[in-house]
Amino acid sequence: MDWGQILNTAAGELLSPVTAAYALAAIGIGVHFGYAGLLNFGQAGFMAIGAYGFVVPTLLFDFPVWAAFLTSIAASVLFAFLLGIPTLRLRADYLAIVTIASAEIVRYIVSTTGLTDVTGGAAGLSGFNGGFNALNPFADGIYGFGPWTYTENQLWIRVVGWSLVAIASVLVFLLMRSPWGRVVKGIREDEDAVRSLGKNVYAYKMQALVLGGVFGSLAGVIYVLPRAVQPANYGTTLTFFIWTMLLLGGAATIWGPIVGAMIFAALLTLSDGILRGLISADIVTFISGTQAGQIRFMIIGVVLMLLVIFRPQGIFGNKKELSFNV
Amino acid sequence: MSDTIVTHPLVDGAVGPGCKKVDPIVVADGVTRTFGGLTAVDVAHVEIPRHAITALIGPNGAGKTTFFNLLTGFDKPNTGEWSFEGHSLARVPAFRVARKGMVRTFQLTKSLGRLSVLQNMLLGATKQPGENAFTALIKPLWSKREQAITSKAEELLARFKLLEKSEDYAASLSGGQRKLLEMARALMSDPVLIMLDEPMAGVNPALTQSLLGHIKQLKAEGMSVLFVEHDMHMVRHISDWVIVMAEGKVVAEGPPDQVMNDPAVIDAYLGAHHDSDLGDMTGVNPVIEAKERAAEHAAKKEGAI
Amino acid sequence: MRIIGVVLGTTIAALILALSVGLAPANAESSPSPSPSPSGDFTNTFTIGGLIRDGDTALEGVEVRVEGQGFDEIGVTGPDGRWVVAVPVQGEYTATLLPDTLPEGVAPRDPENITRDVNLSTTNTVNVLFPTGEGTVAESNLAQTILTRFIYGLNFGLLLALGAIGISLIYGTTKLNNFAHGEMVTFGAVIFFLFGTSLGIPLIPAIAITLVLSAFTGYAQDAWLHRPLRKRGVGLVQAMIVTIGLSIFVRYVFLFFLGGNIETLDTGLTQNVTIGPATITLASLVSMGISIVMLGLVGLFLTRTRVGKATRAVSDNASLAAASGIDVDRIIRIVWILAATLTGLSGILYGIFRQVNWNMGFQILLLLFAAVTLGGLGSAFGALVGSLIIGIVTEVSTVWIPNDLRYAVALLILILVLLVRPQGVLGRKERVG
Repeated sequence: MDWGQILNTAAGELLSPVTAAYALAAIGIGVHFGYAGLLNFGQAGFMAIGAYGFVVPTLLFDFPVWAAFLTSIAASVLFAFLLGIPTLRLRADYLAIVTIASAEIVRYIVSTTGLTDVTGGAAGLSGFNGGFNALNPFADGIYGFGPWTYTENQLWIRVVGWSLVAIASVLVFLLMRSPWGRVVKGIREDEDAVRSLGKNVYAYKMQALVLGGVFGSLAGVIYVLPRAVQPANYGTTLTFFIWTMLLLGGAATIWGPIVGAMIFAALLTLSDGILRGLISADIVTFISGTQAGQIRFMIIGVVLMLLVIFRPQGIFGNKKELSFNV
Repeated sequence: MSDTIVTHPLVDGAVGPGCKKVDPIVVADGVTRTFGGLTAVDVAHVEIPRHAITALIGPNGAGKTTFFNLLTGFDKPNTGEWSFEGHSLARVPAFRVARKGMVRTFQLTKSLGRLSVLQNMLLGATKQPGENAFTALIKPLWSKREQAITSKAEELLARFKLLEKSEDYAASLSGGQRKLLEMARALMSDPVLIMLDEPMAGVNPALTQSLLGHIKQLKAEGMSVLFVEHDMHMVRHISDWVIVMAEGKVVAEGPPDQVMNDPAVIDAYLGAHHDSDLGDMTGVNPVIEAKERAAEHAAKKEGAI
Repeated sequence: MRIIGVVLGTTIAALILALSVGLAPANAESSPSPSPSPSGDFTNTFTIGGLIRDGDTALEGVEVRVEGQGFDEIGVTGPDGRWVVAVPVQGEYTATLLPDTLPEGVAPRDPENITRDVNLSTTNTVNVLFPTGEGTVAESNLAQTILTRFIYGLNFGLLLALGAIGISLIYGTTKLNNFAHGEMVTFGAVIFFLFGTSLGIPLIPAIAITLVLSAFTGYAQDAWLHRPLRKRGVGLVQAMIVTIGLSIFVRYVFLFFLGGNIETLDTGLTQNVTIGPATITLASLVSMGISIVMLGLVGLFLTRTRVGKATRAVSDNASLAAASGIDVDRIIRIVWILAATLTGLSGILYGIFRQVNWNMGFQILLLLFAAVTLGGLGSAFGALVGSLIIGIVTEVSTVWIPNDLRYAVALLILILVLLVRPQGVLGRKERVG
């Protein structure tokens, strides 16, 4: 069992672009649920919209990178409006179901064989990162040290991804300490009270939905840039994992989503490494490698349950402030 | 029912249900609201006088809170028109109604528990540039207004004796303190008409006096007040005008003493106890009374034999 | 009682473990991971494969040729319609469908396009799709197709209703949105598969065993999870997220023991029955009969029995029911057991309707929620109506819309209905103030 390799891989995962994407998506849900009390269970849908919104124009119409980012954001805003218009006037339960339903509809549409020419169908799309890598300011070479050693393109995507995470966090921080944030937090507590004070609750909810959704879509872009778009990834399980990361870190905090995503990703890789290492070292023989992968997800399920029951405020949350009863 | 026409300084013409007021602030016409087969509200015409404290009373299920909700935009009527300060408010959403100056409180206090008392108050203020998502990002654009409303909030909190609690979570306040907070918060926007939904509900008698004082102060500051209440003592004590609803309709209107003696009102409330003062709830129990009469009767018979 | 439950539970778990280890090795290539494997990935088999079906029927014996990287092999579909070709290295390959090996009457949907370029570079597994269909032979009678689809939709709707009523009862009495409900569907199908098909136990006893065990899962969830949570004062959103965690856990337990295989249930009722112009299997007919009978019984239970009325009382207003002397906890316990049993039955029927796999319940969870919301939250009869709508829409829409979008259509209908009538078809509008 090569502990060095296992720990190395896990440490490397802390800064990987996938983790950055997870963090950004979690920040989005933080805005939705942590601050505004919106039960968005369709963040995977926003990520898919963001990813396809970037990739499809790039592949089909040769959009330059900045234009592709714009279409991605525009698609996200549109999706948020489509989601928000029917549901923001209804109770929280309804938003939960409609967001999941919408995310699944998105997934069905991007996987359907009929649209394979545009979306790549079930196999997805690849080969779109040329333009992005062409913008890379870092000269060719190897950067970093230890587990964090990268080629110039690997470094570039990490820089972009984590910069977006930083920008998003700063935005959320500024907004939430402002009067706008105060209204949004008030809406989380009691919409009717806020309405009786003259605030257009519907507009604020929509703004929060759009903001968190755009973060989710940008996360989707970062998620696919280093690799390919595969529709199977955008199921509800991805949404629930992002929720686990958010709750782990602390729902209405700035550091919560980031640290939650990092810990989640690192632990996932660590447990994968340890289990497979044990298997290849013949210490554990009654399960296969794939089954080891599945045990990790079982553990995630249990962790989520325990987290929510015993420490709903997560790592950074304030227990008094977030006792959860929406 | 007397033949003389009763008048009152607030009223333009004769006093009676649906009478016109000299200076009305709200005028409502033909407002109905049905739930399934049940007619909750059926108000032909009612006017709320300006610069007065008006009480809206009636037995449970009379439609008072529903009417409240309709006027303030928290519910949609089946039919009806009403205007506030001359502007039509029918079917205007609740937040716009509040912005026009008609602010309401709730029977079950809605203090925003996980915000501090001060944050609750600041939320009540209007014209905050910081509430726009883009302006909010640049603090200098809204810090001045924030300071202004913070001073105002602290003034109000001091008046309602909540200043020491300003940094505490609103959820940590007692029930009575939350009532005060809700009232104070409603004042942040300098409303023209303040509508209180059962302000005395669940409040201990000691606090009642204090609340009464605050409400009278509102009138002194030029606001009009409309409140729903069950507590007759309070109604008699501070209201200038009383509107009585029963089964969705306005059955009587008038100054408090007059209304208390109106047979229509008495019938609406308590059919049997028509000879006891409405404000004095220790009426005679008909079962005990019947027993006593039967005992008397039996005793007389005994005596006669 | 609790001790019996614990003992029973552990015995069952051990039994399942022992049996499954012998039964189905987890396939290396069919394990779906919802998030891409992190870079430290240890598997080193590369596969190209796919599923070839005509509508819902898996096609056996169809050949696909995979060439590339100096490698050339033919994969053949098995009884479940799946074909797999293991390749030595990553890189570019082409997969070509051999249309002569397709059964009579089935043609590729696009006969010009039967070659797929496969790039095995960033993943270890690639699925290739060769859609088939009636192709250019558009002779099928439209009315006949619609009627057949309608009847299948009715069947689907009825078995959905069994699960949806379960959700509605649980939601009604506890206001909990149970995201683990789909797993009870899967449980019913898997246990029935285990006893009925794998162990070869006759139909009726197998069903009985499955229902008893399903009932137990309902008991277990209330006794060991939800009642303690209620006593602890855990809020509804929290409890809902707990069920999400439970769902994730249970699903991966299923995957762990079952593998990614799709299993077919053997009921012995494979004859076809003709109803007017439509032809359906006997199994479907029996399934519908069972559903209707069970739904009828549930209806009678809710309206005629004391416990049923108490259930409706608790759904309406739990504190008032408690104040009237109803033992609310006991009613909730009964509701969970009843809901779990119904949902287990739903799982059996769904397994017969489609096939059995680890994820089947989760796939229809959303449809179940949609059915309940569509029909009106809190109304058991509404759940039935909603389920029928969803079931019929999903099946009949396939006449015009591609097969893989059928669920999307149902969900879209849900969203549209909520737009227009947020309380659902049979729901009551709620007061604000």
